[in-house]
Amino acid sequence: MPPLLEVKGLHTEFRTGAGRVPAVDGISFAVEQGETVAIVGESGSGKSVSALSILRLVADPPGRITSGQIVFDGKDLLSLSEAEMRQIRGRDIGMVFQEPMTSLNPVLTIGRQITEVLEAHQGADRAAADKRALELLELVGIADGPRRLRQYPHQLSGGMRQRVMIAVALACSPKLIIADEPTTALDVTIQAQILELMKSLTLRLNVALIVITHNLGVVARYAHRVNVMYAGRIVESGPADAIYHDPRHPYTIALLKSVPRLDQPRRARLDPVEGQPPDLTRLDGGCAFRPRCRFAVEQCAQSIPSLAASGEAGHLAACFRSAELGAARDVAA
Amino acid sequence: MHFPVSEGVVLSRKIGDVKAVDGVDFTIGRGETLGLVGESGCGKTTTGRCILRLETPTAGQILFDGQDISHMGRKDLVGLRRRMQVIFQDPYSSLNPRMKVGDIIGEPIKVHGVEPDVRKRDARVRELLSVCGLDPKFADRYPHEMSGGQRQRVGIARALALDPEFIVCDEAVSALDVSIQAQIVNLLEDLRERFNLTYLFIAHDLSVVRHLCQRVAVMYLGRIVEMAAVDELFDNPLHPYTQALLAAVPIPDPRVEATRDFRPAPGEVPSPINPPSGCVFHPRCPKAVENCKRARPVLRELRPGHWVACSEVN
Repeated sequence: MPPLLEVKGLHTEFRTGAGRVPAVDGISFAVEQGETVAIVGESGSGKSVSALSILRLVADPPGRITSGQIVFDGKDLLSLSEAEMRQIRGRDIGMVFQEPMTSLNPVLTIGRQITEVLEAHQGADRAAADKRALELLELVGIADGPRRLRQYPHQLSGGMRQRVMIAVALACSPKLIIADEPTTALDVTIQAQILELMKSLTLRLNVALIVITHNLGVVARYAHRVNVMYAGRIVESGPADAIYHDPRHPYTIALLKSVPRLDQPRRARLDPVEGQPPDLTRLDGGCAFRPRCRFAVEQCAQSIPSLAASGEAGHLAACFRSAELGAARDVAA
Repeated sequence: MHFPVSEGVVLSRKIGDVKAVDGVDFTIGRGETLGLVGESGCGKTTTGRCILRLETPTAGQILFDGQDISHMGRKDLVGLRRRMQVIFQDPYSSLNPRMKVGDIIGEPIKVHGVEPDVRKRDARVRELLSVCGLDPKFADRYPHEMSGGQRQRVGIARALALDPEFIVCDEAVSALDVSIQAQIVNLLEDLRERFNLTYLFIAHDLSVVRHLCQRVAVMYLGRIVEMAAVDELFDNPLHPYTQALLAAVPIPDPRVEATRDFRPAPGEVPSPINPPSGCVFHPRCPKAVENCKRARPVLRELRPGHWVACSEVN
């Protein structure tokens, strides 16, 4: 069976005063039915733009998808008309954004924001939509539904608003939900509640989930597969366990080393990734991580390494020395 | 620290208090780093602001080097502020965008009249920049020309400008990317050693706190619920809130995560305008009994140096 979503060679760029910014620079990945895939990276690595590109929500101008294919459920999303695309957004692909205060409409009641989706996509009448909205609130764990439906976003707490966002995303029983930093703005106990909710619902309803985050802990807890992004490219991709226990790209290795662990006493000084994140307007023909990389060799300046198999099946890394990195660790261990 | 809550725009009248910080006791030894952790609205930032005397506490005492500073007047505060400084969370909004980096760092030196000679002041600014790992030529740049990590280094250089003894780090690394965060954590550690600094490290990221602090106090709704040496607190948390907080933090290792039995604490932090009676955590607490609704638990020392405010643990 083909995967639910397949992204092939996606390029998205922004034209700015400072020059052309290749925010997403040829990424390819797939999401299977019911699977949770994480896209991890730091600010400016292109993870959010990738998500917006899948939904074709990149503002043009200044942004533009310049090439690539996004095959969702057998359809190439990039060849659809805007009207056809609008049918897919919210119906087949749900969205959950980071900031629930700014992504909900402040002048519409909670109830209206949910029923609007149902009326637009399923032609539901008002009564049926109201009934379904109540069910959805219950599904996402909001008690006192009838009262909440009449309230406005500002009357709800951050965690509650994010639950509403999830209810809206789930309203039309989508096959895929894209969640962009869904819990970053929330406190840690609320973050845990929301993530557990998303996990149990995606499992129960067999919805695939793309979760975009910078939090390596969240990825470890929830993702089946992980794509690590740096400077607009996927530098490593594979099953979560392989990424954490057998990382094959120097950036992933450095990232994992730089986070302190809550479950272990302090051992030594942190081992940070030295240097600054790259300026995307000034990339050259070599590997973008090269200036910060401990393993860089001459070859890294000459061409950009492409994603290639390394380690176990389904594990890919974009580094000329990835095989060596794996072997070195085997010797060390 | 209680903040008045008013009603009405023109003729306002006070209708109550937000007890942002409600009877908090702790000490920080010289050269020590105390972590103050908790979720939004627990009062950790207000506690820091009271200590810096950016707020005047409604009741209680703040002793700095043996001296009560809680109601010190403006003039005396000037001298105090040379000795205590702050590093803020957001390196974007805490630096004046119209000032050059050199002027930002030099301003406290100028205001306090430490170094009237402009040339010597510039030399000091360049020294501070290099102490904080920045090229001295950054003095001529504006904040917008720098990355988040570089800006936070400027904020740190500014805090160091007056040779303080005590620094409040209010979420000083929270806004930074993971790879940059580790650089700044290391810088804070180096500076602590080099200048014998004392930190109050306010943060919600518990793993950074475990790495950087010697002792930790956990706050919930304006109160300290638990306080202990860092490894004791993280390895043997006794208060149900601390336990819930630690369980909620995902560990960056899928194998560890797979073995953790995990049930998030239900409910949300209640409004501090109308906090629950008795123990403020009781509506969310798995161990709560009838008495928790009535009696406010006191912070007791259950083991040497390990303080807990819960009547149900022994």
